[in-house]
Amino acid sequence: MAGGPGWFWKGFVMIPVAFDYVRPSTVEDAVAAVAAGGDEAKILAGGQSLLPVLRLRLAAPALLVDLGGVGSLRGARFDSGALVIGAMTTHAEVASSALVRAEAPLVATAAAHVGDRQVRHLGTLGGSLAHADPAGDLPAVAVALDADMVLAGPSGRRTVAARDFFTDIFTTALGPAEVLVEVRFPRMSGWTGGYEKFHRTLQAWALVGVAAAVRKENGSIAEARVAFTNMGPTPVRASSVEAALVGAADLGAVKAAAAHAGEGTSPPTDISGSAEYRRHLAGVLTARAVASAAGF
Amino acid sequence: MTATIAQPEVGRARLRKEDARLVTGRTRWTENITLPGMLHLAILRSPYAHARITSVNTAPALDRPNVIAAFSGADVAETQGVLACAWPVTEDMVAPTYTPLAVTEVRHVGEPVAVVVARDRASAVDALEAIEVDYEPLPVVLGLEEALAEGSPLVHSDKGTNKCYTWIFDSAEAGTGGNAVQAEADAEVVIKRRYVQQRLIPSSMEPRSVIVDPSGGEWTMYSATQIPHIVRFLLSATTGTPEHKIRVIAPDVGGGFGGKIGVTPEEWIAFTAANRVGRPVKYTESRAESMVSAHHGRDVIQDITLSARRDGTLTGVSVKLIANMGAYLGVVGPGVPLLGAFMYNAIYKVPAYRFECTGVFTNTTKTDAYRGAGRPEATYAIERAMDELAAELGLDPVEIRRRNWITHEEFPFTTVCGLVYDSGNYEAATEKALSLLGYDDLRAEQAARRASNDPVQLGIGVSTYTEMCGLAPSRILGALRYGAGGWESATIRVLATGKVEVITGTTPHGQGHVTAWSQIVADQLGVPFDDISVLYGDTRVANKGMDTYGSRSLAVGGIALVNACEKVRDKAKVVAAHMLECSADDLEFTDGAFRVRGNPEAAKTLADVALAVFTAHNLPDGIEPQLDSEATFDPSTFSFPHGTHLCATEVDTETGQVKIRRYVCVDDVGKVINPLIVEGQVHGGVAQGIAQALFEDAVYDESGNLITGSFAEYLLPSAADLPTLEADRTETPATTHPLGAKGVGEAGTIAATPAVVNAIVDALRPRGVHDVMMPCTPERVWRAAQDGSGRGSS
Repeated sequence: MAGGPGWFWKGFVMIPVAFDYVRPSTVEDAVAAVAAGGDEAKILAGGQSLLPVLRLRLAAPALLVDLGGVGSLRGARFDSGALVIGAMTTHAEVASSALVRAEAPLVATAAAHVGDRQVRHLGTLGGSLAHADPAGDLPAVAVALDADMVLAGPSGRRTVAARDFFTDIFTTALGPAEVLVEVRFPRMSGWTGGYEKFHRTLQAWALVGVAAAVRKENGSIAEARVAFTNMGPTPVRASSVEAALVGAADLGAVKAAAAHAGEGTSPPTDISGSAEYRRHLAGVLTARAVASAAGF
Repeated sequence: MTATIAQPEVGRARLRKEDARLVTGRTRWTENITLPGMLHLAILRSPYAHARITSVNTAPALDRPNVIAAFSGADVAETQGVLACAWPVTEDMVAPTYTPLAVTEVRHVGEPVAVVVARDRASAVDALEAIEVDYEPLPVVLGLEEALAEGSPLVHSDKGTNKCYTWIFDSAEAGTGGNAVQAEADAEVVIKRRYVQQRLIPSSMEPRSVIVDPSGGEWTMYSATQIPHIVRFLLSATTGTPEHKIRVIAPDVGGGFGGKIGVTPEEWIAFTAANRVGRPVKYTESRAESMVSAHHGRDVIQDITLSARRDGTLTGVSVKLIANMGAYLGVVGPGVPLLGAFMYNAIYKVPAYRFECTGVFTNTTKTDAYRGAGRPEATYAIERAMDELAAELGLDPVEIRRRNWITHEEFPFTTVCGLVYDSGNYEAATEKALSLLGYDDLRAEQAARRASNDPVQLGIGVSTYTEMCGLAPSRILGALRYGAGGWESATIRVLATGKVEVITGTTPHGQGHVTAWSQIVADQLGVPFDDISVLYGDTRVANKGMDTYGSRSLAVGGIALVNACEKVRDKAKVVAAHMLECSADDLEFTDGAFRVRGNPEAAKTLADVALAVFTAHNLPDGIEPQLDSEATFDPSTFSFPHGTHLCATEVDTETGQVKIRRYVCVDDVGKVINPLIVEGQVHGGVAQGIAQALFEDAVYDESGNLITGSFAEYLLPSAADLPTLEADRTETPATTHPLGAKGVGEAGTIAATPAVVNAIVDALRPRGVHDVMMPCTPERVWRAAQDGSGRGSS
């Protein structure tokens, strides 16, 4: 066979193409800067995915708009019955926030599993969600918990449900001049949950991740939420598993429900694992995550 | 004044002198060095695994900002020199011309094609995009057996074959043992297995970096290399530059693991670039460049046959290898399998042995030494196969080894390869390891988990290894057709104040030579540990040396050091006797000073003597006023460290996840100079061995692109992925030299890989599993657990 040029050959040198850089301090200024930059602008929200892309010269934006100076995008609070986390809150801050740990422990747990310690101290919740990496941990959590994404644009703010936000691999519902400003997680009292991340080394991306939450009544599962990381181009909400889990009261019933895990998924095959193996793993991990959340 | 040393330095767990500067990075990494007027170069590399270069136009790059020069291989074809292979293992080995920059054809992705020199690195990198290259793609061959097949595309069409060499050792022909083919025909039991050593990428913390300064009619090269002396010799030999005009400095080097044993295209390109612009030029590779262009390791298919009697006694071993050379030959690349050739018999009494290795060219990055070089491959194959023999005969893996190993009373033992193992005690190391692990209790737990069909199964892996260290007796290297010797050099300079400068021809790059050499010299000369400096890595300071690889620095260089110290003592003793007004025969060197026999208070330290020699006011007649000395040492044989590593793994049969629950190792590296350094070497070595078993794998796609070109895909384990090591030692000194040390740099890497894989296979053996391909990914382990195959799709 004849050889073809490697996709990354330009990036051997690991120095980005030159770009301009602005660091606004308000959301309005950030939106204006992104709008002015047009197609040539990229938003820097921690940079843990963007900088490697620039260094590999897979992208060469003329302008980076750094949201790091927008203080209002940082931190967690209650607002109208929802837990609201600012887009520029770092994974480490999410993982250690007493408020998040109490009200949305699944979010805190998943944030604690992102990348490595350095990544968690620079990478942000909003950056990770807007990057929409199929192997990222947080999109599946947002989809499992029916989070709402708040987007700011030149004509004001709008809200998009998490399940509509992720539209394709590395692609979201964000418009050209829109900035993800905060994520609203509905309060879920009485729910328990967990995130099962299966990866080959601690710093590697998930082969498969399972975000699961359940609410029990009288010893059996009354409601369940299950979503998968890296089982398709976007996070997959496992609706048939969720339906089958209702009424489950023991491990056997959970395993039977988890057998539906592969339905509606389209996982990749790569050097870390085949699609067939990922489907199998999704089932095993779902059973484990749900059983653990339900205390079976 | 009779200062004495409170306790021997050798054997103390001294913290390393060099760590503060190395760990903080406030030191002389090549990348940290800036010379006046220095320029920076960037290299355009081939995106094709195989293509003809039809044209290169570098002119547009010259219009880019800050660019000083740009050139292609064709522009420097007459002056760039060649990269030599120093180990033509057979008379008829095919050795293609290997130029630093490709001139007419590229043969692997990442091969250098053109160069930009600019005022700063970023400008040089940006200007690469302006260079226009036309390629005409050619057929690619990647697989070893495909490359040997009739009609395969050729990596070097002018050679007419992809076969580099076939090298054979047969104990019957050598007269060192019986006929392995006959042994197989006569055997009661035959075990035949194929193992695949995947391709690995040596990954040191510091990437390669080089500066060439052509000022003043001579050439100074700073390079992050393990082998400055060999680089100097070959730069002279292949470019015609007089050797005395070349100075090579390996300043501080941040790890190598064999990956910096090389005469590299990048060093030669920097030399060529510096000559073209007449100014110092620096090149520092990115990690991505390193992974695709610095040499790789392993990549060998191994077919091993054990012949045995039903009682488990080995009657013969045969090995047939196909080794991937890559597209070109590294400086010792073809010889790497030969370093393992005499180790497949391992610690066992093997009566008959045959070894055959065929080297093959493919359109991949060249291979060369990687920690252990040949010996990990050998140990893996024999230790995996011994487990298979045990399983076939229903014996415990430890028992099959007991029935075959050389017992401690049998040393010195001449092996089937003709090597003389001077000392060892396999029984003691194994007993200690079994007891530390609690072997019998874990076997009982394993039985219980099997009985209850626990989804998490337990496996116990055994690896008893030896290796040949202390490379190497020059005569043996000559017999193996290696291009240089294996001696080592040491120089002692005694300063006026009694402080001591030690010069070693070895080239440390993280091993802690400064500390260990100081400990040895402290005891030898009675000088405090802190009063000793160790100089190295500069051919104008350490003018003679064979550098650092193959666990040789201490086992060879350390002996040169001891011999040099002895010469200093001999000189100093004459002066001390003169000062004490006695006969030199009446003095003995004890407790760090020259003392009069029977009157130990009458004494002179080296510092006393050094000042007397410096002033030279009252020296005996005919004595030169200096105490310096120099010694070179050529070993008569190798050294043979050994040990027993035991690994207990939990294998989740539902997911294929492997968790190492316990890892116990008992190593016998002979006399220990510094136990902290030994422990560090074992920890790092075991980590790299585990990494081969479970994580690391360099993978090409069908076009020859390295798809594991970053650490996102090429998985290096971190501390969090590794178990707590339980490391202990036995100490059986080498008997062939005065230091008793055997070498420790590669031991852990050699031992660990089969220990881990044996444990995984042991866990799954009741399911019919007899192998899992490396790296044992969760998917491969899961598939093996399902169908017994161990041949997962990834």
